[in-house]
Amino acid sequence: MVDLKDFTENYAPAPEGVEHVKLKDSYHLFINGEFQKPTSGKTMTTINPATEEKLAEVAFADEQDVNAAVKSARDAYTNIWSKLPQKERGKYIYRIARAIQERSREFAIIESLDGGKPIRESRDVDIPLAAAHFFYNAGWADKLEYAFPGRKANALGVAGQIIPWNFPLLMAAWKIAPALACGNTVVLKPAETTPLTALKLAELFQDIDLPPGVVNIVTGDGSTGSNLVSHPDVNKVAFTGSTAVGKSIKKTLAGTSKRYTLELGGKAAHIIFEDAALDQAVEGIVNGIFFNQGHVCCAGSRLYVQEGIQDELLAKLKSRMESLIIGDPLDKNTDIGAINSKNQLDKIQELTFSGKDQGGEIYQSDSCSLPEKGYWFHPTLITNVSQSHRVVQEEIFGPVLAIQSFRTVEEAIEKANNTPYGLSGGVWTDKGAKLFKITKKIRAGVMWANTFNKFDPASPFGGYKESGVGREGGLHGLYPYVELI
Amino acid sequence: MNSHILNFYTTPIVDEIGVKERVARLNSRSVKKQSKMAALHLALSMIDLTTLEGMDTPGKVIQLCQKAKYLHAPFSDLPMVAAICVYPTLVKTAKQELEGTAIAVASVATGFPSGQTDLQSRLAEITYAIEEGADEVDMVISRGKFLAGEYESVFEEIARAKEICGKVHLKVILETAELTTLDQVRRASEIAISAGADFIKTSTGKAKTGATQPVTLVMLETIRDHHLKTGEKIGMKPAGGISDSKTAIRYLVMVKETLGVEWLTPKLFRFGASSLANDVLMQIAKQKGGAYQSADYFSKG
Repeated sequence: MVDLKDFTENYAPAPEGVEHVKLKDSYHLFINGEFQKPTSGKTMTTINPATEEKLAEVAFADEQDVNAAVKSARDAYTNIWSKLPQKERGKYIYRIARAIQERSREFAIIESLDGGKPIRESRDVDIPLAAAHFFYNAGWADKLEYAFPGRKANALGVAGQIIPWNFPLLMAAWKIAPALACGNTVVLKPAETTPLTALKLAELFQDIDLPPGVVNIVTGDGSTGSNLVSHPDVNKVAFTGSTAVGKSIKKTLAGTSKRYTLELGGKAAHIIFEDAALDQAVEGIVNGIFFNQGHVCCAGSRLYVQEGIQDELLAKLKSRMESLIIGDPLDKNTDIGAINSKNQLDKIQELTFSGKDQGGEIYQSDSCSLPEKGYWFHPTLITNVSQSHRVVQEEIFGPVLAIQSFRTVEEAIEKANNTPYGLSGGVWTDKGAKLFKITKKIRAGVMWANTFNKFDPASPFGGYKESGVGREGGLHGLYPYVELI
Repeated sequence: MNSHILNFYTTPIVDEIGVKERVARLNSRSVKKQSKMAALHLALSMIDLTTLEGMDTPGKVIQLCQKAKYLHAPFSDLPMVAAICVYPTLVKTAKQELEGTAIAVASVATGFPSGQTDLQSRLAEITYAIEEGADEVDMVISRGKFLAGEYESVFEEIARAKEICGKVHLKVILETAELTTLDQVRRASEIAISAGADFIKTSTGKAKTGATQPVTLVMLETIRDHHLKTGEKIGMKPAGGISDSKTAIRYLVMVKETLGVEWLTPKLFRFGASSLANDVLMQIAKQKGGAYQSADYFSKG
């Protein structure tokens, strides 16, 4: 007998098959085109945050290993990469892009296993965008004279790059692609909790015969990153991560000739006017804060709603949250996956409770129960808060939205700018003139109009104020990797 | 009533790109195995089997009714389709043929499909259809008047139609292909709902395009907003062009995730379709037996 509840209540599990994914028990450091054991023999464990099960042992790179990686990158730069014609370098980057496309399913699954993000996102966003960044920058490789007309764009040398755990492969692509296109070689340090796709990327580099040493990958923790940043033979540092670490990197680099770009935290204002398309704005709010469990530096985590529509919008938002599916990241129907690590979960909980302690009202949809194992957090709204609350000031980096009302355009702008951050923001209104007026006045690197969290390799991304220095993506993303003469 | 009418000039704004993105996201839901089987059964129970041709005859309608009664003999646990939908002159035939079953008879009316005749005749058509035995009436709105901005007059014709219908179920066809924008679809939906529609329906099946997912989503959202405001539940009927199970299931996902489980019943959601039923049956057979069967095993209506 058919039971209609099988459709009306829940969708049957639709897990992505993992049989064809090959993961080794342990991964070494990728230096000079080969996987090498760490000199100290030390390893660390990477787990699946949705189940707390171990995925693999990963090498821990100490100072000696970082030195070896930088030397390998320097040798490859001097002897191979800088001697190749631009067009040939471009061909390698195209090959990387195509190989990522060919293995996109495998990369997507590993990204979800290691990081906890829903397969829908790793499959539809992370991996295709990573490939797109390689394609885009491959195109520039032999056209730098058009990118910088009348000037000569020289490579810098060795780039030391440190990436975060929220979009592991995508951030690797953001970093590696422009560096290679401009003629530099790379030492990349993936995040401690999510090293696997970068290591799979290393396997891919071997398979496509990328010359040894052009990209080196050293896994480890903060100390590994710190060794990389302070290495005297690194010419350029690119970092994406927290503002606190960004500040310490800036201190380390002060007085050196190293170039740097920092892409740091954010606390984006998401402004909804009463003349906006509300149902679509609700969708934008959901994408803005719940995309990737809110582990997004440009997440729309401060919502400002014009007072006249606040009740209506909140009712719609709550109704929409009822249909969010939380659970197994590998299920194709999952909207919200696991929190990336125990550490991050603790931080999200601490900040959310601080909101409650300071008088905020917490709303969490009870439509979905959370799995027992793993790290999980309900999508959360906090109302009855103001600019003075910690949940409004500090980056939570989780699925937690702080909601305030506003009354006038000026007030919206003032509140949006009332933050040390300035990475991104969003405005919803049907009035074109209002859009342009506001977006010009908000001090943020990326502004979205009637949409949120849209990314394209051709579009520069980066922050104002404490959200960072420099731009990644687009033509602007090439500047940090060249010396113009 | 006047305060309602004035609101029609300032109905909520709809952003077409956002609607399409939402539809694409809903379409990424994976409905498999027992969920698919349940959805297929649900879809079958929501079908208004339809024939609306100039060449319809009592003989043709009788055959359609018999198809409705005996959908597919080999399967005993199938639900009934919800209704048969015909022109007013054929209501009596259908009614007689379906006597003793739970299948309703729906009649189109009010100058279907264009609505381009005087209001008296259009309303008289409703009276006639009901006298002939129609359980449900599918009326069309005057798109001409709507596009001319005469919203009061559109409101008026629906309200008068509902008056005549009384307890007979009134579905209001907006013919969204002729309204051209999603903003207009939203506005027409609000007019129809506040004038007393029990159901709002996308299309006649006679225009260039029938139901589309973006249009249906906007109508569902209007229904949801009305429910949030008043607690009333209005039904939805996409019609025209929904001919395969995959599309039908996508519509059901939209309903489930926009309006919730309560709307997943033939009382509040219908498909206006002529060839959907057999495709659903073929999919059910595939789910049961593991292989597709030839279309020749499924009787034509």
